[in-house]
Amino acid sequence: MDRSTVRDFIVGLFVLAGLAALAYLSISIGGFTWHGRGGLELSAGFDETGGLTLRAPVVISGVRVGEVSNISLDSNYRALVNLDLDPTLQLPTDTSASIVTAGILGDRYIELQLGADDKMLKSGDRINFTESAVILERLIGQLVYGVTKGDTKSGSAQSPTTKSVNTP
Amino acid sequence: MNQISLLGNRTIRLVQQLGNMTLFALAMVAGAAKPPLRFGSFVRELYKIGVLSLIIICVSGLAVGMVLGLQGYHTLARFGAQRSLGAVVGLSLIRELGPVLAALLVIGRAGSAVTAEIGTMVATEQLDGLRMLSINPIDLIAAPRAMAMLAVMPLLTGLFILCGLAGGYISGVQLMHGDPGSYMSSLRANVDFNNDVAGSFVKSIAFGALVSIISTYRGYTSAPTSEGVSASTTSTVVIGSVSVLLLDYVITALWGV
Repeated sequence: MDRSTVRDFIVGLFVLAGLAALAYLSISIGGFTWHGRGGLELSAGFDETGGLTLRAPVVISGVRVGEVSNISLDSNYRALVNLDLDPTLQLPTDTSASIVTAGILGDRYIELQLGADDKMLKSGDRINFTESAVILERLIGQLVYGVTKGDTKSGSAQSPTTKSVNTP
Repeated sequence: MNQISLLGNRTIRLVQQLGNMTLFALAMVAGAAKPPLRFGSFVRELYKIGVLSLIIICVSGLAVGMVLGLQGYHTLARFGAQRSLGAVVGLSLIRELGPVLAALLVIGRAGSAVTAEIGTMVATEQLDGLRMLSINPIDLIAAPRAMAMLAVMPLLTGLFILCGLAGGYISGVQLMHGDPGSYMSSLRANVDFNNDVAGSFVKSIAFGALVSIISTYRGYTSAPTSEGVSASTTSTVVIGSVSVLLLDYVITALWGV
């Protein structure tokens, strides 16, 4: 090999190494996939999102299956959360979505609990069974309020974790 | 009155220079696209600009990553969040430090050399010689260098980031005895292709274009004296560095990458 061929070979190696570095960053670290992660687009209405953010994870039994793609208000001024999920999921129509917190002050994420219906949710469907976020401050406020009111009305403070079922 | 007309004159000259630079860039793109495709000189410039910059890129990347790992570890330890070290090192390298520092290193290592080389050709009337042979010096001299610099920038940025991640691993995990699993898992969990890695590509390509235009244009327009060559080499480094940092802010502010 003369000098020019050696140089060309080194340049080739350099380009390959650079492309390999970019590919590693994209695929292994960035989690790039050709078809994209999402595909199954569902929505769910909540009374309170409590600091849920875009791209927050959606999990089933603790396993990440998608992310929050949009948060907006619907015509009744309830929070409408769009979910972008793994298209291979088969979710029954009575699946419920709840906003939960990782740890006591951690990030909000959405947990799906599978139902038992025979029919499956399709892209664009709405999850009808939802459970809103628990606001810790409000909970403490209600607790304090309940204690200062004394025994007369204790227990009347409505639990914020009551499931709200909204009719579509 | 005199001051105001001086300001006006300066402004006109600035706009004129920006316009000339844009026309020069368009001429280079046209020169690179039309046959003959000067592939040989492109590869030669890839070697000079890319391969010979590898050592400085890798060593700097490793050092920056090691410092990030060490500093990040101490800072995160105050909050008991050492497990997020991978995310801290990875996100700062991928989103900011990788593209910016790689561009600054390429300006210092290769951009100045390109300017000095073309400037010397101007001073020794080699470009006039080419024009006399009716060869456009933009096609033959400037375009391959600019294209090579543009092509090299994303590759060098990727290698810089990779070396930085390895450096963060060395200092944060090996030296400080952090947890190797949580370094990699927090890195993978927090770095997203669309939001972080793609933005890094966009930045490195934008910086590559900027640096290649500035360094070739400065050389091409340098005064044909030894003083002129030295002044244009200096201005490549100064203007290039400042405009990379400013453009970095603009890209981050506009598109949040």
